[in-house]
Amino acid sequence: MKNEKVITAKNLVKRFGEFTAVDNISFDVYKGEIFGFLGANGAGKTTAMRMLCGLSIPTAGIATVAGYDVYLQNELIKKNIGYMSQKFSLYEDLTIRENIRFYAGIYGLRKERIKEKTELLLKQLHLEGEEKTLVRALPLGWKQKLAFSIAIVHDPAIVFLDEPTGGVDPITRREFWALIYEASERGITIFVTTHYMDEAEYCNRVSIMVDGRIDALDTPGNLMKNYNASSMDGVFLQLARKAIRKE
Amino acid sequence: MQSIIVENIVKTYRTKKTLIEALKGVSFTVNKEEIFGLIGPDGAGKTSLFRILTTLLIADSGHASVDGFEVVANYTAIRNRVGYMPGRFSLYQDLSIRENLEFFATIFNTSIEENYDLIKDIYIQIEPFKDRKAGQLSGGMKQKLALCCALIHKPTVLFLDEPTTGVDAVSRKEFWEMLHQLKVQGITILVSTPYMDEASLCDRVALIQKGEILSINTPKGIIAEFKKPLWSVKANEMYRLLNSLKADPFIESCYPFGQFHHVVFKSQENTREKLTQIAQEGNYTNFEIQAIEPNIEDCFMALMKD
Repeated sequence: MKNEKVITAKNLVKRFGEFTAVDNISFDVYKGEIFGFLGANGAGKTTAMRMLCGLSIPTAGIATVAGYDVYLQNELIKKNIGYMSQKFSLYEDLTIRENIRFYAGIYGLRKERIKEKTELLLKQLHLEGEEKTLVRALPLGWKQKLAFSIAIVHDPAIVFLDEPTGGVDPITRREFWALIYEASERGITIFVTTHYMDEAEYCNRVSIMVDGRIDALDTPGNLMKNYNASSMDGVFLQLARKAIRKE
Repeated sequence: MQSIIVENIVKTYRTKKTLIEALKGVSFTVNKEEIFGLIGPDGAGKTSLFRILTTLLIADSGHASVDGFEVVANYTAIRNRVGYMPGRFSLYQDLSIRENLEFFATIFNTSIEENYDLIKDIYIQIEPFKDRKAGQLSGGMKQKLALCCALIHKPTVLFLDEPTTGVDAVSRKEFWEMLHQLKVQGITILVSTPYMDEASLCDRVALIQKGEILSINTPKGIIAEFKKPLWSVKANEMYRLLNSLKADPFIESCYPFGQFHHVVFKSQENTREKLTQIAQEGNYTNFEIQAIEPNIEDCFMALMKD
């Protein structure tokens, strides 16, 4: 399972006029892997992620996501990935059931399948009896768990998590990571960006972007060993401080 | 000498249907020239407490004073002497860096020049962009400008509500270094954060959750309060391992911690042997066990369960 590549990027470049936002990055992500994508503000993370999500066409290089080419098949990519971020996820003024139905509908699930998935999801999250609750009324931790479950409602090959878990208590945060582990066990690849280095330590492998390049890519354990650091924070600070480009 | 005194503060909010108890009788004191951290997740009551102490909100009951002034009776005195950086960026987006700073200096009857020493180290980092509108600054620069504006009248006490939320690791580190510089210059700092790892950067912390304080101590003291031995385990099959540890009747708690799972047993006898046995029975590969010191998150979770 671990040998099946779900994302491949080779010499990927994105320029905006004179400015090279993403500077020749190459990496592979495997099926079921939890892959951390780190970098300081302005390092090029968002631009790289937008290309992989089929939202931005690269200037040069090759990339495939879920087996589809980012230049030619970006609509197919969008159908086969999930996306969740802290800033944009659920509709606050819709109920839990309506949010599930809305997203499942957008991803093209059939009516019966939506019904099935809704029941399953409510059960998994222990939200039975709450389906008519407005999302606005849910505590932040529940919103995050629901948003993640909805992002994978169509069983995508990959789910992109853009800074998913700010601000919740440590137990709730771990419940969220338990959902991620569970999805990864089912073979869904998890691609996470985060500012918080302790979160990076949950990933199978981590890449660190500096000035548009990938300056390090390895398991958290190896990175800490190679950079002689006791935490990922230490690794990150050593690399990010070399950055010339300012935010 | 105590700079902030909080005694039994209660604050509730009523909406049509529900009653939210934001603060359920919170008490603590902050010493002069101390960096005191309020550490807790969203909804803990941190912002309500900041707003009460900066005289922007009135508590339902309890007493609080800042620099010897009572928050309700002497609110103008407090407003003159404290600096407040709210969680949401609240400078004028359509004014430049320089204009924002001048505005706040003028409001407090002072000038940038008068207290320049205090902000100099921070201000020189954003000075090259001084004519840029605040709305067009990056997160790290906004944060530095907001700190300058909160300092421009040389406050005795600085209130910082989640100053590092959403800021990258490099800017966060720089920010904490700035706070330590300010402390040396005689400023008392009350700072809140949802990030447990920042606790170690404070002199003392209060761990807060759902309107109640779980513990107040130095970061080392909080860790010393964690009495039970803590094990860190690892194997190739992490998810399966997590589930079997959680299901084990001898285990009190098991939480994933990055590459490891942290395990606490109910009784403290033969715990290493029990872990080894679990590993053998489950046929885990590359199984590792290590006795470790707890971190603030371990302590927070243990306190949450009590």
